[in-house]
Amino acid sequence: MHSDQSDRASWWLRLLAFGGIGFLFLPIAVIVLYAFNAESSGYSFPPQGFTLGWFAAAFARDDVMAAIGLSLRLAALATVLALLLGTLAAAALYRRDFLGKDAITMMLILPIALPGIITGIALLSAFRLADITPGFWTIAIGHATFCVVVVYNNVIARFRRISTSLLEASQDLGANMWQSFRYVILPQIATALLAGGMLAFALSFDEIIVTTFTAGNEVTLPIWMLNQLSRPRDVPITNVVALCVMLMTALPILAAYTLTRGTEDIAGSGK
Amino acid sequence: MMTVSLPEGQTTATRPGILLRLGGALYRHPGLQLALLLALPLLWFMLVYLGSLCTLLAQSVLTFDDFTMSVSRELTLDNYRQLLSPANLDVVLRTLSMATLVSLASAVMAFPLAYYMVRYARGWQKGFFYVAVMLPMWASYIVKVYAWTVLLAKGGIVYWAYQTLGLQGIVDWLMTLPLIGGNSLTTSNLGRFTVFTYIWLPFMILPIQAALERVPANLLQASSDLGASGAQTFRHVILPLAFPGVVAGSIFTFSLTLGDYIIPQLIGPSGLFIGSMVYTMQGSIGNMPLAAAFTVVPVCIIGLYLLGARKLGAFDAL
Repeated sequence: MHSDQSDRASWWLRLLAFGGIGFLFLPIAVIVLYAFNAESSGYSFPPQGFTLGWFAAAFARDDVMAAIGLSLRLAALATVLALLLGTLAAAALYRRDFLGKDAITMMLILPIALPGIITGIALLSAFRLADITPGFWTIAIGHATFCVVVVYNNVIARFRRISTSLLEASQDLGANMWQSFRYVILPQIATALLAGGMLAFALSFDEIIVTTFTAGNEVTLPIWMLNQLSRPRDVPITNVVALCVMLMTALPILAAYTLTRGTEDIAGSGK
Repeated sequence: MMTVSLPEGQTTATRPGILLRLGGALYRHPGLQLALLLALPLLWFMLVYLGSLCTLLAQSVLTFDDFTMSVSRELTLDNYRQLLSPANLDVVLRTLSMATLVSLASAVMAFPLAYYMVRYARGWQKGFFYVAVMLPMWASYIVKVYAWTVLLAKGGIVYWAYQTLGLQGIVDWLMTLPLIGGNSLTTSNLGRFTVFTYIWLPFMILPIQAALERVPANLLQASSDLGASGAQTFRHVILPLAFPGVVAGSIFTFSLTLGDYIIPQLIGPSGLFIGSMVYTMQGSIGNMPLAAAFTVVPVCIIGLYLLGARKLGAFDAL
């Protein structure tokens, strides 16, 4: 909808637009501000003073470090699984039309389109039926399932832009399957894989709704946060952890955006 | 780069390697290739995801014994009948009205922002707005909710802001209103509504932005050539063409509000939402059958919603 006229927006439209952005960033600013708040309990504003001391205190806590470690390991495993499954699915679906293709695409999207609570309770009831004790692996299976779609979306968009003649040429020139993949396909989808992988990582690192069902006694970082919220204590530690979680999810998103900028399909435009 | 050094004695020149022959076979038989590629993802989703959903559905017709607090394999439709009890209908209605209000509010807030992004943002502003919407959308959900409890807390920023601006009277009056009021902002429906709207707002902005991007510029020129004022063009050209984007966005805001149980638990009055009902039913009470029956409610509502949205052309706007 780009019209040629280079007119300026009216003041109220600019106010609504920038006001909207301000609204979106208000809580983020709060998290950044309060992580350095000197106060040891409560949320009084304006802050009484600033300190870096709570960072040291947070990283000295065993429960915090254990939660960070668990969330990192889970996100890494879920990302690897999602990369594998998402890339295979994208390679299979990008240029073929067959009966049931729409159903398969729908199935890939479903875990993220349906409310997380349904995925969570469904997985839990299946694990119970199969007599699997919830723990690290059940969380990872759940995370991988809803992370597949972000990898799939990124990779299939890239596949659609790769010319198939390159692959045919590579095979005509005698390259075997592995060589064609390694030297022809992989260099072209590398940034899409990286972007999809980072989105999957951020999605898994931050996920809470499905996780509360599949976690059993494990405490991931978001679950640690939720526990703090239900019975508030250690406010300064919670503030610092909140900032860390925020950074751990925001930085991969920015990186994924930078990687895919300038292409038609920018990573992250749909969660 | 393509040359491969082979160990001595291997006669690839006369006999192609297994990978090469397999590659050829796959090229000649696309069906085989498809099957090999799809096998793993399909198996995973069938087994893990669809399997779980079927288990859940099956659970919803089992019997839960209130006395022994255990589930027996007797089939029954009682759980669905229980959904229609006044208390449970209340839960469904409460959730539905919140989801509707949140969707409307997000649409109203998102439209001007998306319109500005598409129509006026140039140069650095284009990238800035895109990142500025995407970043809060992806930033940790639980941290954003936490930030709102900090913002709305007594003595917190919002409290400080209305004190400083001398709006104490207005806030006090708002809190006395039935339905939206409460003891404090944190325990009021107004607070819950604000947090919900905040959390799902970016999911509304991006589809509207995508729909507006696709409005052809020459339609706007034609409209103004034919003498329409800016407001008329907006009302009769832009709005109808962008509407599928609004519907697409509302799919997210509606469905996400419907299934949420963390925000209702942390902010707002004590009434249960569908999500919190499901959570307590399966957790502390252990009544998995009723919890399973409850999950069918959002699935059906979202299913109906998707059918309606499709009629309105929302899927082309995604």
